[in-house]
Amino acid sequence: MAEIKFEEALKKLEKIVEDLENGDLSLDEALKKYQEGIELSRTCSAKLDSAKKKIDVLVKNKKGEFEFKPLDQAKTEE
Amino acid sequence: MAESIPDLFSQDQAFKSGRHIFTVSEVTQEVKALLEGAFGSVWVEGEVSNCRPSGSGHVYFSLKDPGAVLSAVIFNRAARDIKFKLEDGLKVICFGKIDVYAPRGQYQLIIDKIEPKGIGGLQLALEQLKAKLEKEGFFAPEHKKPIPYLPARIGVVTSLTGAAIKDILKVLDRRFKDVHIIINPVKVQGEGAGEEIALAIDEFNCLNQGLSEKEKVEVLIVGRGGGSIEDLWAFNEEIVARSIYASRIPVISAVGHERDVTIADLVADLRAATPSVAAELVIPRQEDLRQRLEELTASLKQDFQDAVKVLQDRSFDLAHRLKIAAQHLWEINSNRLDANAKKLSLVNPAAKLELYKTKLADLARQIFVRMQHLVSLKDAGFKGLIENLSSLNPLNILSRGYSVTFQLPEGKIVKDARSVSPGELIRTKVYQGEIISKVTEVS
Repeated sequence: MAEIKFEEALKKLEKIVEDLENGDLSLDEALKKYQEGIELSRTCSAKLDSAKKKIDVLVKNKKGEFEFKPLDQAKTEE
Repeated sequence: MAESIPDLFSQDQAFKSGRHIFTVSEVTQEVKALLEGAFGSVWVEGEVSNCRPSGSGHVYFSLKDPGAVLSAVIFNRAARDIKFKLEDGLKVICFGKIDVYAPRGQYQLIIDKIEPKGIGGLQLALEQLKAKLEKEGFFAPEHKKPIPYLPARIGVVTSLTGAAIKDILKVLDRRFKDVHIIINPVKVQGEGAGEEIALAIDEFNCLNQGLSEKEKVEVLIVGRGGGSIEDLWAFNEEIVARSIYASRIPVISAVGHERDVTIADLVADLRAATPSVAAELVIPRQEDLRQRLEELTASLKQDFQDAVKVLQDRSFDLAHRLKIAAQHLWEINSNRLDANAKKLSLVNPAAKLELYKTKLADLARQIFVRMQHLVSLKDAGFKGLIENLSSLNPLNILSRGYSVTFQLPEGKIVKDARSVSPGELIRTKVYQGEIISKVTEVS
């Protein structure tokens, strides 16, 4: 759960809300979905607050493989 | 060339004085000098015909109008700068030098610059490429890929030093931060820019092949800041169009300003008016996401409550029905039990015994009552009898004046006068005492 991406969590949450709306769930299922939903909501909220942007530059190393270099580093090297 | 003119004059004088005979080379040299000297550089307008590009990069064609034809050549160095495609029938304005080509005895126009007539060369090139790509289906809406919502990895093809990347990063500051921007830096104008842009797009696609589903670059922003049509030219090149068309990653084009529409814009899956707009399209606003999240969480709670309420109502309903059904069953059974108990008690010997006992007691009581009754009846009868008896007591009768007569000596009560005869003695009892008399007459 910790590594779930924000939009993935949001999508899952949307699906859960949809499932609950459609009803026809047992109490156990509903409770499980609800708990999962709350968890996802918290995850999303935390990600909204804490997310840090990451900006890299795509470079090819000597072996011709792709590598990511942080933008600041790439700029100073230029 | 300056010295050949007096040379020519001297030859001319020689011709007048005594028939100078030219060699072919000489006369051609004269013509060449004359022509080239007279015209220098010229502007010529005409229609392209018989256009034949050569393997070496030179382009040979004819310029014509209704009255004449002029051979023309564009050498490869000049030909490279031509953005549009030279086609037969195209009306052009050329700038160049009139040249005499001695080996063929031909004069021709060596073109430095050529422009389509009435429309800029770049503009024409754009129209030509557009028509070609359109034919190949590059702009077809059905080829457009959907732009993902909330892409986690965004590839950017632009210059590291340009305005575009600054704008995109500025947008990012105000927006959702959970994104990974990967820049593949390219030259966005000048020689080789188109090739670099195309390669960068290809590289992103190549990179994606080595990445897991979660790590893949989900969308590309390809663009640059504003500039002249020449500055933006790389985004009108066919090689860029082909890379965008071939890209499996959806491409958002973001070239220049609102008014600039390049070929890249037409091929891209989505055209953003500017690089900032492109970033805004794929990176949602923080507060929009927060609001969406809050809405979702609220509906989650509401829906859960509703779901529980439904279940609760259903269970209440069931419980109620169960209770009613149980009550009903209870009633039915307890009624049946009562009935059976009654029936059973009917056949219960103890009960019967009791019954008989009471009956017996009843009977006994009846007997007793009757006896009493009888006794009292008898008693009453006895009393009556006694009374009767007392009323029958002869003494009582005697008291009223009656008398009893006994025959003597037997003492028999005389009820019939004929039972006695005269002379016999009789005793008459009266209330007070007795009288002994002698019968004198019987009647």
